[in-house]
Amino acid sequence: MKKELKLTVNGQPYELYVKPKTLLVQVLRDHLALTGTKRGCNESSCGACTVILNGMAVKSCSILALQADGGKVQTVEGLASGTKLHPIQRAFLDHGAFQCGFCTSGMLMVSTALLNENPKPTKEQIKEGIDGNICRCTGYNSIIRALTAVAKGEYKEGK
Amino acid sequence: MIKDFEYLAPKTLKEALTLLDKYGDDCKIIGGGQSLLILMRQGLIAPKYLISIKGLSELSYIKETKEGLNIGALTTHRAIEKSPVIQKKFSVLAEMEQRLASIQTRNWGTIGGNLCHGEPAGDPAPVLIALKATLTIASLKGERSTAVEDFFVDYFEVALEHGELLTEIQLPAAPPRTGTAYTKFNVIQSDLATVGVAVSITLGSGDGICQDIRIALGATAPIAMRAKKAEEVLRGKKVTDNLLKEAGEVASTEAQPISDIAASEEYRRELVRVLVPRMAKEALTRAKA
Repeated sequence: MKKELKLTVNGQPYELYVKPKTLLVQVLRDHLALTGTKRGCNESSCGACTVILNGMAVKSCSILALQADGGKVQTVEGLASGTKLHPIQRAFLDHGAFQCGFCTSGMLMVSTALLNENPKPTKEQIKEGIDGNICRCTGYNSIIRALTAVAKGEYKEGK
Repeated sequence: MIKDFEYLAPKTLKEALTLLDKYGDDCKIIGGGQSLLILMRQGLIAPKYLISIKGLSELSYIKETKEGLNIGALTTHRAIEKSPVIQKKFSVLAEMEQRLASIQTRNWGTIGGNLCHGEPAGDPAPVLIALKATLTIASLKGERSTAVEDFFVDYFEVALEHGELLTEIQLPAAPPRTGTAYTKFNVIQSDLATVGVAVSITLGSGDGICQDIRIALGATAPIAMRAKKAEEVLRGKKVTDNLLKEAGEVASTEAQPISDIAASEEYRRELVRVLVPRMAKEALTRAKA
């Protein structure tokens, strides 16, 4: 039997009915058509499905949507304000911090959560922060460089 | 593919216990579900009812008491890792959490869920055994208490009877001159342990004698286990390098590891032989600090 689910995604409130077994990633992609969030390994290993739920980075393939009921979700679609990219997105562009792009939205979300919690992480802390996300193109160095640049304040708003 | 189930989200512990009592073997409790959903996806379990207790804030807390520290079963791994009181008084627990899975998993997964999953390679069990933790288990009939080392029954099986729910983990304050250390060997930093070793040592005042010791192993048997014979090698003695070496050798024969994709049985025994003295040494350093 379907159950009611209330979610606020990127500031927009939604009310929908889902089967209890529906995962958060399925709600985002299949019900709300927010396909920026990627479904990769589907078993909590790759991090491509990372979104921010109530301020915390989580793997949306490993959370029942109903467990997020009443929660606030931020996905990669919610990073930019209008046409203005988020500082981390700009840094990723400038540093070529992606190749195939599949891991990128997860990397952006885990990085956003990291920098929200710790605006000036060391290189080690950055590595630890993105540890749950796999980049199969092995583009880690450029991702770390991009985040280091943001942490140094090179991408402050308006700059 | 996850099989369909009915989802129940009780608002109070009492409500949860009532549902649990009513549905028994037809239901499963879900905390963060970071382990459970994987088993459900693989079709290994298919409960008719899933009782989500993740929203029960009454079971999410870290409280200092006169006797030590109480941790609610629904406290997330991340909350334990970041807790100033745990970092100060039970630093080994915070260190363990830092290497448990990924930040995303720690943000949503709970300590109680981890224990109830009964994964033999899990990180919290050996550390909590070394710290002499006790567990509070609730049911409609009331509460009971059990030592954490008695909680693990078999591979993915824990000592919860019909209608019972794990509600709290209690850590007794460590006696003076006690040090505890934990490490795991694995290929990827945040992966499950190939072998995990926790050692806690309490020294006598001034004499450097090992008064009390606990050696707990992960991923070396169907359950997290104590290496009791290895403990006896060191108990009541002045700890020397030779004794540490002997304790490692004894522990490696006590362990009952299996061969699997991560390591062979022989390799796991070798890891125990090496890591037990190493962690005992670290525990000793901490006990002296």
